[in-house]
Amino acid sequence: MYVAVKGGARAIANAHAWLDEARRGDRDVPELGTDQIREQLSLAVDRVMAEGSLYDPELAALALKQARGDTIEAVFLIRAFRTTLPRFGGSLPVATADMQIKRRISATYKDAPGGQVLGPTFDYTHRLLDFGLAEGRDVPPAPMAETGLESAPHILSHLGGEGLMQAEPDGAGAVPDLTRDPLEFPAERALRLQALARGDEGFLLSLAYSTQRGYGRNHAFVGELRIGAVRVSAHLPELGFDIEFAEIVLTECESVNQFQGSKTAPAQFTRGYGLVFGQSERKAISMALVDRALRAQELGEDMSGAPAQDAEFVLSHCDNIQSSGFLEHIKLPHYVDFQAELELVRKLRRAAGADALPEAAE
Amino acid sequence: MTEYNFAYLDEATKRMIRRALLKAVAIPGYQVPFSSREMPMPYGWGTGGVQVTAACLVPEDSLKVIDQGADDTTNAVSIRSFFEKVAGVATTESTADASVIQTRHRIPEAPLVAGQILVFQVPIPEPLRFLEPRETETRTMHALEDYGLMQVRLYEDIARHGEIARAYAYPVKVEGRYVMDPSPIPKFDNPKLNMSPALQLFGAGRECRIYALPPFTRVESLDFEDYPFTPSKAAGHDCAICGAQDSYLDEVITDDSGGRMFVCSDTDYCATRAAQMEANA
Repeated sequence: MYVAVKGGARAIANAHAWLDEARRGDRDVPELGTDQIREQLSLAVDRVMAEGSLYDPELAALALKQARGDTIEAVFLIRAFRTTLPRFGGSLPVATADMQIKRRISATYKDAPGGQVLGPTFDYTHRLLDFGLAEGRDVPPAPMAETGLESAPHILSHLGGEGLMQAEPDGAGAVPDLTRDPLEFPAERALRLQALARGDEGFLLSLAYSTQRGYGRNHAFVGELRIGAVRVSAHLPELGFDIEFAEIVLTECESVNQFQGSKTAPAQFTRGYGLVFGQSERKAISMALVDRALRAQELGEDMSGAPAQDAEFVLSHCDNIQSSGFLEHIKLPHYVDFQAELELVRKLRRAAGADALPEAAE
Repeated sequence: MTEYNFAYLDEATKRMIRRALLKAVAIPGYQVPFSSREMPMPYGWGTGGVQVTAACLVPEDSLKVIDQGADDTTNAVSIRSFFEKVAGVATTESTADASVIQTRHRIPEAPLVAGQILVFQVPIPEPLRFLEPRETETRTMHALEDYGLMQVRLYEDIARHGEIARAYAYPVKVEGRYVMDPSPIPKFDNPKLNMSPALQLFGAGRECRIYALPPFTRVESLDFEDYPFTPSKAAGHDCAICGAQDSYLDEVITDDSGGRMFVCSDTDYCATRAAQMEANA
C-alpha cells in the first residue's frame, strides 16, 4: 500500500546541514571573516543596513556571510533580528548640513560654499577589470589634502532665500513608523519616505528610471548629493539635555524639479528627497525621484496614471522582504488547492464535452 | 541573543495582537488592521498565523500545526518546531487533543469542539482584492456593504462556465454582513466554518490584517437561489488507505502511465481511522 511521504523533520535538518556545508565552500580556501566583509565589501554591507533598516556594520557583515552573499536574504536576517530589539525612543533629527563630508557634488552649480568633493567614487573610472586585484596587488594609500574646515550648507538652501525653492514644512511632532503601525492610505510624506528608505534598491531604481522615460515625467536635477558621517543624538527627559550616542554614515540626495505653478502658487522649484544608510548613491537618487513623483497629487500636477505616482502601488510593493516572501511562498505545498482546481477543470471539461475529443485536438 | 520571551513575541506586541483579536471577534468577518511584526520566517509562509498563535498560546496549551491537512508537511514541521523551541508547549498531531490548531489551507475533518482555537494562515485577506486592487477602494466597499461587484463576478462565471468557477478561497458572508475570504481552503471545507463551536481566527501578516469567526457564527458561502453552493472534492473515490468517503482527498500520482490514487489530505483523520480498522479487524 502507498505510504504517505514522512520524515519532513529529518529532511529539513539534513537540508540545513547541507546548506551549512555549502556556505563554507571548499575548505582548502581560507574562511571569510566578517571583518573582511565589513571592510572590503562595504557597499554590500551598506545596502543590507539600509534595507534591513538597522545601522550595524558588524551584524550586516555577519548576515551577508550567513546568507552566502544573497543581499535580500541578509536583509531578511537583519529585519528579523531588528524586530526583537527594544525601543528606547526616537533620536532627534540628524543635521545633515553639519555632515563630515566624504563626498559632495552638485549638478546644478559649478561651485558653491563647501566646494565639490568627489570622494571615493566609481564615477569616471574606466570599467576595465583590474586583473592585478585578483593577484593581490599592493594598494598604495591615496593622497591626502588638508582638511577643509569650511562648512558646507545645503546647496538648495541658497535657492530658498529667493523663494525659488519651495520651503518644506518643519517636521515637528511625532514621526509615523510603519514598523509599529500598519500602513494605511493615504500615506503622508514622512511615512512614504520611511517606506522608500527601507525599500528595495532595484525596485526604486526601475521606478525612478520610468519617470525619466516619461511615466510620470518630472525632470530632475541632482541639486546635491552628499555622503558622510553625521552625529545622532537624543533628548533624555530624565537628564534634561541632549546626548550624542552614535555617528553614522548617510547618503543624502536632494533633487530639484521644476514646478510650473498653479492658479494659487507661482512657478517654483520643488524638491525630491532621498536619505539612505551608508554609501548608496543609486538608492538615494532613485528615492529622491520617486519621492518627487509621489508628490504629484499634492502639487496638483497631472496624474498620468504612472506607477511611480501611485503611492498605494509603490508603497505596497517596494519592500523586498514582503515581496520575496510572498513570491517564494508559492513553492510551499499547494496540493489541496491544486486538487480543487483539478476537479473543477475536469468538471468544466466534462460539461463542455471535451472528454470526447481526442488528445491531439486539444 | 540568549532567551526569547514565551512564544517569541514580547508581551507588548502580544497585547497589541490580542486587542486586534478582540475587535475582530466583536465584529465577525471584519478585517482589523494590526501592526504585524517581522518574524523569523518569510512573509507568505504563515507569519500572520504564527503571530496569532503566539498571542493565543498559554503554557498549558497543546498545539497542532497542519499544512494541506497534514502534520508532516515541511512548513507545518517547521512552524511546530518553532513553537516547541520558543514556547515549549506540548504539541500533538491529534485534532481531538489539540487546544490550538494552526492551519494552512484546510479545516480538520474531525469536528472541532468548544474551547478549541483554529488559527488560519491567510495570504490575501481581502476577498474583493482580485476585483479591485486598491485597499482604499475595497475598505469603502466593505463599509458600504457594496458587494455587487462580487455578485456580478459570480454571475459571470455561471454565464460562461455554467457554474461558479471557484474551487478554493470561496468567498463567504458572515452573519449577513461582511464578505470574508476563508483563506485558500478548498470550498469542500466551507460548510465547516458555519456554526462551529470552536473559535476561528485568521492572521494575514504581510497584509497586516486579523479577522475572526467567534463560536456559533453564521457563515454562508455566496451563491444564487437557482445555483446553490455545492462543496466538492474528488468525485467517485474513497480514501485508498482508510476507505473514508466523507473526507477531502489528495490525488497522488503513482506511476508514469496515468496511475493515481486518492488519499485523505487530513493525515490525522486517516491514521485514526486506519488504526480503528486495525483494532476492529
